[in-house]
Amino acid sequence: MKKFISGWSLIKLYTLLIYVWMFTPIVAVVILAFNPQQFGTFPMEGFSFKWFVKLSRNATILDAFKNSLVLGGFTAVFSTAIGVPAAMAFIRYDFKGKDFLNTLLIAPIMIPEVVLGVALLLFIRWLQQPKSFALLLIGHVVLTLPYVLLIVQARLVGIKKEYEEAALSLGASPFQTFKEITFPLLAPAIFAGMLFSFTISFDDVTATLFWATAQNQTVPVKIFGMLRNSISPEINALGAVMIVLTVSIPLAAGYVTRRFARGSK
Amino acid sequence: MTQEKNPAFVRFQGIEKRYGKVVAVKKMDLEIPEGALVTLLGPSGCGKTTLLRMLAGLETPTGGDIFIKGKRINDTPIHKRNLGMIFQNYALFPHKSIFDNVAFGLKYRAVPKSEIKDKVEKALETVRLPGVGNRNPSQLSGGQQQRIALARAIVIEPDVLLMDEPLSALDENLREDMRREIDNLQAELGVTTIFVTHDQREALSMSDKVVVMKDGLVQQEGTPEEVYNNSANHFVADFLGHSNFLSAVVEEKHNDVLKVRLDDKSSCLVSPVGNFEKGDKAEIVIRAQKMKLGYQDEHSPEEDMNFFHGTIVDRSYMGGEVSYFVELPGKQVLHVINFVKRSPYRRGDDVYVKVDPFHCRLLQS
Repeated sequence: MKKFISGWSLIKLYTLLIYVWMFTPIVAVVILAFNPQQFGTFPMEGFSFKWFVKLSRNATILDAFKNSLVLGGFTAVFSTAIGVPAAMAFIRYDFKGKDFLNTLLIAPIMIPEVVLGVALLLFIRWLQQPKSFALLLIGHVVLTLPYVLLIVQARLVGIKKEYEEAALSLGASPFQTFKEITFPLLAPAIFAGMLFSFTISFDDVTATLFWATAQNQTVPVKIFGMLRNSISPEINALGAVMIVLTVSIPLAAGYVTRRFARGSK
Repeated sequence: MTQEKNPAFVRFQGIEKRYGKVVAVKKMDLEIPEGALVTLLGPSGCGKTTLLRMLAGLETPTGGDIFIKGKRINDTPIHKRNLGMIFQNYALFPHKSIFDNVAFGLKYRAVPKSEIKDKVEKALETVRLPGVGNRNPSQLSGGQQQRIALARAIVIEPDVLLMDEPLSALDENLREDMRREIDNLQAELGVTTIFVTHDQREALSMSDKVVVMKDGLVQQEGTPEEVYNNSANHFVADFLGHSNFLSAVVEEKHNDVLKVRLDDKSSCLVSPVGNFEKGDKAEIVIRAQKMKLGYQDEHSPEEDMNFFHGTIVDRSYMGGEVSYFVELPGKQVLHVINFVKRSPYRRGDDVYVKVDPFHCRLLQS
């Protein structure tokens, strides 16, 4: 006997509803970005790239875009530059206070961004320094470092210590061993860590609102500002661009990583 | 011209390794002769791997010195020690081809490019895997990977070849083949080799010298025959092969044979290891294979032989031989391994156990 409504099909339905709930607003933004009307109506009357064109002529938006890309890029580089050696220390060496230090570096994942935002701001005031690009960068590195650490550590655990020991015994110096063995085996994780850092930095609103100055506003902060004045369809277009970027970059990264990994295992 | 071989090619002097309060290797002295294959044998945690890793430079000793060719190498970093290392899990670089794996060590030595190719090919031929240079490690079987690891280690012409349980990851049949192969290769190349294992058969079958270790100390060192036949103490006798232990008291001293009294008041002739006096308490060691069984009614006494009478309480058939457990009147159980002649003895059979006093070694207990 076959039941029509099994527990399993209910779970499937429930999951589907959650996906609909989550993705409808996003899909709506993308669709409305192509709506030629000033105010969103449904069904759409026509199809146009007009808001995208307008967007590309908006100097402040382009500026914000440039800021976001530069900030994201630097964040990715600094986070991995700090995160990779730290991960190696945590996995390959034993030292006092290791667990404590590791928890401390992972902590920003668990601390609300508002708290982090205010805290760093207060700290910079206490140091009597003005808000600057450097502050923004430091903040974003703090935000993204845990992800780099977690990804690289996970991969390092999987790279047997014997590979490095074999290389050393064959005459490669510690640096040559890193260059020839550890780094190539670690590369997919480093690459993934960089992309995570970039995407998180590129996407961040809450903490960035506290740290950004008028000169170095990022795209999300800009959108937030625009929303306060009016709801321009331009924002839909901008949203669509952001969605495409933040979704496609990790997907591409995943593809590249898998191709890398196939060669190594 | 044959050069005099250095009897202390590798020398450990008062070497010691502590991890906090745990002592892995206790102030050990050991000499490894040039060109020999020496096994470090012992149960896990006996310090054998730690000793090897200290020689390799992968662990820093907390005391003592290590010499290779008379030169102290304590402070020489691992990559300058010129040692070939073989690991249990092969440790071939997964992202490099077989050729690049084998050529790896040559890159850091002043070897011209043209020679690298020849040397790698020759090394691959030596391990009987020519023509696999273009493949990846994951395309080879475990045994083949270990042979590549061997090629990678010997191609740099190391002073000492270090092997850390290299056969443990292979399955039984392959292990036997690889064991012979390593043995032959070592003899052919004449490279001083230190082989760490917990498998007594590996140690006995391939070594020039066996070093039996326990709790960070050497228990006995010698040729396989010496450690097996003249085990220095209870641990060595017990660890190597199947041994029976009977406690005894020295009764009479002859020249090279002692008469001892067992717990059940019967007496037994034994060959002592070391000096004993009348009244000393001691322990007799008898190898399971050195005793012969016979039916009690076929018993024909021989003057200079030891006889025990007992009943077979258990047996296990192992193909060529059978493992019997014989209970003596005093409730001790002897483990006897005999070849099967006509038909094996059965449980409950009354048998005698015959053993030459030469095979009854008396140890200090």
